Amino acid sequence: MERRTRIRLTRYAIYAATILVVGFVAVRADWGSLQEAFLDPEIFAEQFWDILTIAAKNTLIYTLLGYTLGLVWGLVLALMRLSTITPYRWFATTYIEIFRGIPLLLTLLIIGYGLPIALNGTKVPGTYGPGAVALGVVAAAYLAETIRAGIEAVPRGQMEAARSLGMSYGRAMATIVIPQAFRIIVPPLTNELVLLIKDTSLVSVLGTTQLTEELTKFARDNASSTFNSTPYIAAALVYLCLTVPLTRLSATLEKRGKRGNR
Amino acid sequence: MTGASGPPPSPAALPPAIDIRDLHKYFGDLQVLKGIDFEVALREVVCVIGPSGSGKSTLLRCVNRLEEPTSGQILIEGEDICAPHVDLDRIRTRIGMVFQQFNLFPHLNVLGNLTIAQRKVLGRSKPAAQAKAREVLAKVGLLDKIDEYPGRLSGGQQQRVAIARALAMDPDMMLFDEATSALDPELVGEVLAVMRSLAEEGMTMMVVTHEMGFARKVADRVVFMDGGVVVEEGAPAALLDEPTHERTRRFLRMVHER
Ligand SMILES: Nc1ncnc2c1ncn2[C@@H]1O[C@H](COP(=O)(O)OP(=O)(O)OP(=O)(O)O)[C@@H](O)[C@H]1O
Ligand SMILES: [Mg+2]
Repeated sequence: MERRTRIRLTRYAIYAATILVVGFVAVRADWGSLQEAFLDPEIFAEQFWDILTIAAKNTLIYTLLGYTLGLVWGLVLALMRLSTITPYRWFATTYIEIFRGIPLLLTLLIIGYGLPIALNGTKVPGTYGPGAVALGVVAAAYLAETIRAGIEAVPRGQMEAARSLGMSYGRAMATIVIPQAFRIIVPPLTNELVLLIKDTSLVSVLGTTQLTEELTKFARDNASSTFNSTPYIAAALVYLCLTVPLTRLSATLEKRGKRGNR
Repeated sequence: MTGASGPPPSPAALPPAIDIRDLHKYFGDLQVLKGIDFEVALREVVCVIGPSGSGKSTLLRCVNRLEEPTSGQILIEGEDICAPHVDLDRIRTRIGMVFQQFNLFPHLNVLGNLTIAQRKVLGRSKPAAQAKAREVLAKVGLLDKIDEYPGRLSGGQQQRVAIARALAMDPDMMLFDEATSALDPELVGEVLAVMRSLAEEGMTMMVVTHEMGFARKVADRVVFMDGGVVVEEGAPAALLDEPTHERTRRFLRMVHER
């Protein structure tokens, strides 16, 4: 048999098998009960308002608090990693390795439950506090690496030109290098925002109250109280409404960045 | 002598603008500068020439300590810039520097490029900084580009803006590191013209260049470097036409044959 023919026959076989499997599932599945379990319009309508005003709002609050903290602390860590002072570099590297190396869930539990016990009941203040701080502490580790890469991508001549005009290292960083670095890393920063939106779902382990629960916790609570999975699908749709525009935006920016000069 | 700036006046009391004594510079094990003694008097224009890798850029970059000298002394207007508690940033405002790659700030427009250091380093008011920016832009003939971003300018225009950016700080002296080497041949002239008019106004200049025509017409003195040492120096006509050292002769022959 010729090579070309063999490849074609293999492909046909795969198509045929796929159609068989899909057809079998479609025939055997109970579409009525599936729809009832996942897409009950009544439950959907009933919870729609709460999903937007409570769950989605809380997801956004966790995301924005965590991201802001992550950016600020991540910038500090990035500058420490680039510092000529060895202990700073050492500290930042260790921090980044630790928080990128352990699961977010564990960090959440340590900050949410471990710290208050260790500190005799003192805990991160605010209803959103513990969750947001844990998200930020971990996001900072990832963002620090992104920001460092951005700073290193700015040509060395920029710092030299700024210094030769009499700017201090800090001022040259702040006014010349960092603004350019952030322009370069907008696409990866957007991607990390998307990851963080999804990671807020883990905050649910901290036993949030009904007013502070985010999308995933909201969906789980309502799914168990209604014995129906429609809330999961509703939450999934809201996540997608948040994340898909951002991933599209990031892809566009990346393409434009590649086309741009330099 | 065709240099329009004439022989530099020799003010008895004033120290030279740049005074380098026994400068050594290593990069790791590589010795790049091997005991350089070098001076630029006030209002003097000195061109530094020499083959690639001879240490010209390194010497120039030591003058404002972008490069850290390994040993030796660097006096700027009599002030030792390697002294322990010296305010390097303040000294650097007196030394304008122009790079081969322009190094304009791409995220700022021309006005922003020209005002940012005036405002943040010299503490000038916004109107004062903008007035100064207009003045120096007019000098390099680019007042109409004041709102453009660097990316939209030709290489020659970018380099002229870079010169204006340095001039906006009212420096006492200017350093040029192969300011025209990155330019297309047809754009070299406009930048050299700006540099020449600066020299004619009496600016103190240290110019690393491969433009022998410029050195001949504008320089008060030409310094030939090779292998990390100053091989010889002298008036442009003397050095370029009747070099005393064989290395200088060989270099000039190569340059002319290009
Ligand atoms: N940062 C650095 N680290 C290591 N070596 C360096 C560094 N900068 C320059 N050198 C080396 O020092 C030597 C002199 O370099 P320099 O740039 O001063 O030469 P140059 O005379 O300006 O040459 P060119 O005409 O090519 O610009 C070269 O051998 C170069 O490779
Ligand atoms: Mg050089």
